[in-house]
Amino acid sequence: MSTPEITPKISVRDVEKVFPVGKEPFVALGGVSLDIADNEFVTVVGPSGCGKSTLLNILAGLEQPTGGTALVDGGPVTGPGPERGVIFQQYALFPWLTVRENVEFGMRTAKVPKGERRERAEHFIRLVGLEQFADALPKTLSGGMKQRCAIARAYAVNPSILLMDEPFGALDALTRVRLQEQLLETWSKERRTVMFITHDVDEAVFLANRVVVMAARPGRIAEVIEVDLPYPRDEDMRLSPEFGALRNRVWHAVYHQRQIKEPAQ
Amino acid sequence: MAVTTAGATRDGNAPARPRKNRTFLVLNIISIVAGIAIWWGLSLAGLQFPTPAEVVSAAWKMLQDGTLATDVGASLGRVLAGFALGSIAAVIVGFVMGWYTVARGLFEPWIQFFRTIPPLAMLPLVLVLMGIGESPKIFVIFLAAFLSCVISTYQGVVNVDRTLINAARVLGAGDGTIFGRVVVPASTPFILVGMRVGLGSAWGTLVAAELLAAQAGLGHRMQSAQLYYDLPTIFVGIIAIGVLGLIMDRLLMIAGNKLTAWQENR
Repeated sequence: MSTPEITPKISVRDVEKVFPVGKEPFVALGGVSLDIADNEFVTVVGPSGCGKSTLLNILAGLEQPTGGTALVDGGPVTGPGPERGVIFQQYALFPWLTVRENVEFGMRTAKVPKGERRERAEHFIRLVGLEQFADALPKTLSGGMKQRCAIARAYAVNPSILLMDEPFGALDALTRVRLQEQLLETWSKERRTVMFITHDVDEAVFLANRVVVMAARPGRIAEVIEVDLPYPRDEDMRLSPEFGALRNRVWHAVYHQRQIKEPAQ
Repeated sequence: MAVTTAGATRDGNAPARPRKNRTFLVLNIISIVAGIAIWWGLSLAGLQFPTPAEVVSAAWKMLQDGTLATDVGASLGRVLAGFALGSIAAVIVGFVMGWYTVARGLFEPWIQFFRTIPPLAMLPLVLVLMGIGESPKIFVIFLAAFLSCVISTYQGVVNVDRTLINAARVLGAGDGTIFGRVVVPASTPFILVGMRVGLGSAWGTLVAAELLAAQAGLGHRMQSAQLYYDLPTIFVGIIAIGVLGLIMDRLLMIAGNKLTAWQENR
């Protein structure tokens, strides 16, 4: 298994999540175990219903597992915390706050003094390239800009982990590719441990150190694929044969999954 | 400013919007002028209406001797007092109902029950209990405003997007912060809609309450004019009620648009 002498940043052990739906309970996660190292970029890809969002919500502390343990820095997750930033597919910006106020939200909650708050917000707004829109309301931003603002907002509370739930899923293909490159650039400047959920195989391979492929019914890990491509990654890498080979492997793992027959009772 | 934002959400016909608005305004003016002309024609043709000129001169007389100002002042004072108290109570109760399931369970049957009773139907009881001073009238107006506004405030709190609450939680916000910085602003549009309905309801209830029991106010003035068959004064009263109601509604709408300018779909 993984190296026992170093505590992994995130450690998921036999995590189960069962939703009681009628007579037959729905097993969203059926015993998932996964370690993620510090500053690692892991993408999780799988068909809908494989429990990838549930896994992320458990790590975020927004849902409780019905079995197993989820550890962050060796301690169990009991609820949301500022050391774990979450980025949602629906952006979840506060529409009544400007970009700057959104980015400052978490720091205000943490009672960071005004001067420092301003400075840090400024820094992260510049990092995602929204300095021209710092005082704009979210309704005036495009989808891609909204998600960049959400990324800046998550970064601003200085989390050591970023949990991203299909953040680019609602964007058009071109914007998505741009944001992937920008995200890697941001990540190279501000290293964090990232767990990134997606249903896009290209995206999963392009971003990750490691791709976790999940399968549905019950939600489980089907395969873990190492992506040994060097960073920084760019368009050329996306078109390279090595990238193509990895993408094919992941594609196969996702779309040719063996169906486990659920035990008849 | 407001016109451009409204037009911008509908791609394509945005440039056509200002001209459409002008056409609309012209039609409005034609309609008002034509309406007054028809009224004038009818009153000259032998209907028992006073002519617009008679109404204007009655209004002028009431302005000069100060009765119009006194009546408007009395009516506005009542409606604003009742409306303000009713809205404040509605926002508090609505938030408590939306936030705490126990409160919802306890309050809901009573609010649903009293909502089906026109506030004016409470007037006989209220008059017996509270006497004939200002308080019974303010109380029924309070009731009218409160019942219209409380349900929409509660709906607003219940409908707050879960993702926004989760976003605040993962940014480290506790219940108090979530309430103050997410639930309150997110439900503002609902509260404002409730307040507009509440204001209309309060205004309607006020005039009826004054017709029944008052010593001053627009409703009272019309009631006593009826005894003397003084139609011009009744017309002045009706027009004053309409104009004041319209002005208050517009003021609230403008304030509301300012407060909820952040909304995506307007």
